[in-house]
Amino acid sequence: METETQSRIPAGAAISLPSVLVVFLLLAAASYGALIWAPTEATMGMIQRIFYFHVASAWSGFIGFIMVFVGSVAYLRTRALKWDWLSVASAEVGVAFFTIVLVTGPIWAKPVWGIWWTWDARLTSSFLLWVLFVSYLILRTLVDEPERRAMVSAVFGIFAALDIPLVYFSIWWFRTQHPQPVIGDGGSLAPRMGWVLLLCWAATLGVLTLLIRIRYRLEALRSEVDGIRMNASRNS
Amino acid sequence: MSMTRAAGVILAKELRTEFRSRELLGTTLVFVLIVIVLFSFTFNPTSAESRRFGPGLLWLAFLFAGSLMLQPSFLREQTNDTLAALRLAPIDPFSILAGKMAANFLFLLLVEVLLLPVFAVLYNTAILPVLPQLLLVLALGTVGLATTGTVFSAVASQARLRELLLPLLLLPVLAPVLIASTEATIGVLRDPSELSLVWMTFLASFDVVFLTAAWMVGEYLLEE
Repeated sequence: METETQSRIPAGAAISLPSVLVVFLLLAAASYGALIWAPTEATMGMIQRIFYFHVASAWSGFIGFIMVFVGSVAYLRTRALKWDWLSVASAEVGVAFFTIVLVTGPIWAKPVWGIWWTWDARLTSSFLLWVLFVSYLILRTLVDEPERRAMVSAVFGIFAALDIPLVYFSIWWFRTQHPQPVIGDGGSLAPRMGWVLLLCWAATLGVLTLLIRIRYRLEALRSEVDGIRMNASRNS
Repeated sequence: MSMTRAAGVILAKELRTEFRSRELLGTTLVFVLIVIVLFSFTFNPTSAESRRFGPGLLWLAFLFAGSLMLQPSFLREQTNDTLAALRLAPIDPFSILAGKMAANFLFLLLVEVLLLPVFAVLYNTAILPVLPQLLLVLALGTVGLATTGTVFSAVASQARLRELLLPLLLLPVLAPVLIASTEATIGVLRDPSELSLVWMTFLASFDVVFLTAAWMVGEYLLEE
């Protein structure tokens, strides 16, 4: 269990004020777009406006989970802990976004479908995806030694990510009752609605990037503190 | 030593260890029996209903059994730190994993095959005419269960609360296997019986994906 004295790993710069401002402005514009600028949907009415952030959060959360896969593979190949930091940061932010998806979904479903939840394909797969990465985060809390934690969670992260398409296919064939995707098939979405959705996606992507960077830095600093503490206890 | 031979040696060792005590198999068998009996209280297992629900709860019971039964696969090695000895052997690290997977596959399949007649009697299902198809579904589903289960058993053995952790990791990942094998089993037990090509292909793809993944991560998983 001998670890050589760790050289100082740059933890990444603190978040700059301009980048926070940009994301804040994007969020403000997206909220204005979703709540006011976009036309009110004919049959569902006002409640449909929740859809912009709902879908955008799902897309961004998805990107978070893909980054867990990237970070996990890169960690196993390089053994550089920074990839593990990226994985945990992405997993946490991805889970946060999917929590938004799972909360806004039922809020929309209750008035439109008349029920909070139905076990249809997309809902069930999102739920399962959320559970998968919550398990990933729990696994991380149960392993103390950093290298070991990075290794086992990388293995599980890869398996969980590989499971995503299988989950989707299996549940898709199993049951489908959800309104069909509105993007890409003839565009039943009004142009203005499409723009608002894109704007919302840009805003959530900005939040995703910002949060991952903050969380990554936190993890890097934590690891640095651990290193210093270990050195101190060795020298005393 | 070639990888297959090394895996064979590990497999033989696993089988020998288990069949000397038979504690794992016996305990798991009784566990699944308990689950099957308890399920019978959750709905009325008349013939028509059981044909619809029976396969699902049978597979759920298998999944539960797997998440408990695969626990000792790596834990056993920790008691006397025998995994370190295995690691020292000049063999491909994946062969250790492969040997254990093969052993776990055989254990699980044995439990399942022993429980089939019990299930058939208790839930009033005729399995004899469709036995070959049923065994094929069992085999394909169990490969997926044993593959992911063995890898996660190695993962969980390195963590705290490992007894609770393994089901937590394993069951959500196995959701596609549960769906596919349940649907395939329902198809086989239906009258007229049919073996769903879609679900069998799906199970086979699941097995291939995770066998490959296990092969890729095997060497990292077993290092100290």
